[in-house]
Amino acid sequence: MELKGFRETEQYDPRILEDIQKSVFFTKLEQLKAWSRTRSLWPLTFGLACCAIEMMSTGAARYDFDRFGVIFRASPRHADVMIVAGTVTAKMAPVLRTLYDQMPEPKYVISMGSCATCGGPYKESYSVLNGVDRIVPVDVYVPGCPPTPPALIDGVDLLREKIRREAKGEKVTQG
Amino acid sequence: MSIKTETMTLNMGPQHPSTHGVFRLLVEVDGETITKAEPIMGYLHRGSEKLAENFIYTQFIPYTDRLDYMNAMTNNYVYCAAVEKLLDWEIPERAEYLRVITMELNRIASHLVWWGTYLLDIGALSPFLYAFRDRDHILDLLNEISGARMTFNYHRIGGVKWDAPEGWVDKVKEKVKVLRENINEYDTLVTGNEIFQARTIGVGKLTKEQILNWGISGPLARASGLKIDIRKEEPYSIYDRFDFDIPTQEEGDVYARYKVRIAEMYESLKIIEQACEQIPEGDIIHKKGARIMMIKPPAGEAYTRAEASKGEIGVYAISNGKNKPYRVKLRRPSFVNVAILQDILIGQSIQDLVAIFGSLDIVLGEVDA
Amino acid sequence: MSQEVLDLIVKKVDGFLGEEVVGKKPEPPPEPEPEEEPKAEEAEADDPKAKARAARAKKAAAAKKAEEPKPPARLNFGKPLIELPSEKWSVELAELLRDDPELQFDFLSCITGVDYEEHMEVVYNFYSTVKKHYLYLKVITPREKPSVVSVDSVWKAADYMEREIYDLLGVDFPGHWNLKRILLDDGWEGHPLRKDYITDKKALGLD
Repeated sequence: MELKGFRETEQYDPRILEDIQKSVFFTKLEQLKAWSRTRSLWPLTFGLACCAIEMMSTGAARYDFDRFGVIFRASPRHADVMIVAGTVTAKMAPVLRTLYDQMPEPKYVISMGSCATCGGPYKESYSVLNGVDRIVPVDVYVPGCPPTPPALIDGVDLLREKIRREAKGEKVTQG
Repeated sequence: MSIKTETMTLNMGPQHPSTHGVFRLLVEVDGETITKAEPIMGYLHRGSEKLAENFIYTQFIPYTDRLDYMNAMTNNYVYCAAVEKLLDWEIPERAEYLRVITMELNRIASHLVWWGTYLLDIGALSPFLYAFRDRDHILDLLNEISGARMTFNYHRIGGVKWDAPEGWVDKVKEKVKVLRENINEYDTLVTGNEIFQARTIGVGKLTKEQILNWGISGPLARASGLKIDIRKEEPYSIYDRFDFDIPTQEEGDVYARYKVRIAEMYESLKIIEQACEQIPEGDIIHKKGARIMMIKPPAGEAYTRAEASKGEIGVYAISNGKNKPYRVKLRRPSFVNVAILQDILIGQSIQDLVAIFGSLDIVLGEVDA
Repeated sequence: MSQEVLDLIVKKVDGFLGEEVVGKKPEPPPEPEPEEEPKAEEAEADDPKAKARAARAKKAAAAKKAEEPKPPARLNFGKPLIELPSEKWSVELAELLRDDPELQFDFLSCITGVDYEEHMEVVYNFYSTVKKHYLYLKVITPREKPSVVSVDSVWKAADYMEREIYDLLGVDFPGHWNLKRILLDDGWEGHPLRKDYITDKKALGLD
């Protein structure tokens, strides 16, 4: 592997060089920040409906969300990511937007379950917002009604991937 | 000389960790004493009753799952039972047994969630982890029989959708033994805890008169000495075949409600054990129910009720002879029970608010329908 | 046993009202009308709405002709059911149902509002925790200005259930202490559970 900044390697003692190659890691500041972000995604406990219970299950003993550095916070001021878990109604939509605005940058949104994604089974209902992406930008959609905890973990993993790749300057639109 | 103070209005919610959903409570406090409480709801109103009118009868079953998502089996049952009443169908024996086993397993899961989250609300974290561990084991069993973890959509008009897989009943029997040990462990872990008792004994008392007046049912009513349980009063399904008690407490405070729910889990285990012993072989769904999607019950109306983990759940179904219900009214226990907040909180101190609110065990999906 | 309870309820309610309201026998079905009347109606009103209404009324009349008229007091799936017009329903009658030593309907289980297009109904499901008997009580009210006396002062359980019906069906409950919308926003237009409510999510900004 060629290290940038170590062009004239013949000046160094080969043993030191080997050590440096093993223990020094070069990156961009943006990528370092992204790396640290992916290790401590704190979501806002935004439980709305059935999906909230699965979200709680994910945080509980069997699936143990803490392994991924995901620790639920009750206040939007502490949170990095909003997991919209459940149906968003006409009455709730302005509240959701307020909470989103209260979160500090950088912030991400995971839309959990089909209700938050597109209205789901309540698509035809008179009081349900068809998709939370109409009021806040969504980064990851997790399908399911409700999604199982492994699906949510996968969603969080996708978000981490997205954060990493965006820090490298890629534009992530899907996948 | 007394100091004059002004009352203050405190807003709690709609996004608040202790409400386990989206619920708003406006309380007026005089110093530390609550003088007025006004619940504001509807943040999860999804219009299920209107949707029912646009669907054929079988299509509405999944929506009942999403009312009280902790206890979806009983919701499934009560809706199917209302339509069966209109149709006047006989349900096969085996289906009834499978219904009872799944309903009771789900009741334990629901009470466990309450137990875990309630203790989380009043400051103990580890019960939450224990409760969800056991809940996941129960959900595994229900997942195996229905194909879903929470929103089962298992009961059908005329019976149940799937037969129990090979060896499932034995697995349930095994699990009952483990659960009994675990619940016993939880009981000894928390019930005698001094801090827990100090926070709950004598707090949020409800009298029998209040219970009847406000139409409250379920464990809340039984904790105030009112021995009403629809499984005994008007045995639906096959509940008259099992030997079980209705646990009651006289005190009517938060601690009594806690004890009633713990005792109910043991009773549910008893029912499951008996049902697993007695379950016969045979059909799992009424002959017509298995074949016909487009069910057309004769014109009429029926009110069916069942004992959910939160209280009396009822469905008032009106048919006009067509393939879609004319009106489906859902009597949701949480919606009726939550009204008591206007009365129960008056005169209590603000630090007991969460302890009382949590003890009501409401689910917002059910409050708002 | 249910028949006895029904007879008892009919006796008590009619005794209270001082006339035969629920106990009266159904009138024989009206003679089939000659076909002139609907035609006259059509000629009268040219706009499509009135025509549709006339057609609906005709259909309803046909449906009514087909079935026997039901007596206002009957057994519904083995449970007593009585029907009352809304002007006969009062707080005093509700108190009689609750306090009478032979009735003792102390538990108000459920209140349902139904829009029948020609009229509206509010159905009360009572249960007695002492006597262990039930009652379906139907209060019939016109669709134009639906109004049913609130029983919030008799059973507190009616508080939220009546507010819900007011919210979703627009039935007025005079005497209710705090009658306002409960599930929908205060500024919501219309009552979604009415049969003529049209769900337009685009207009509501939801789709």
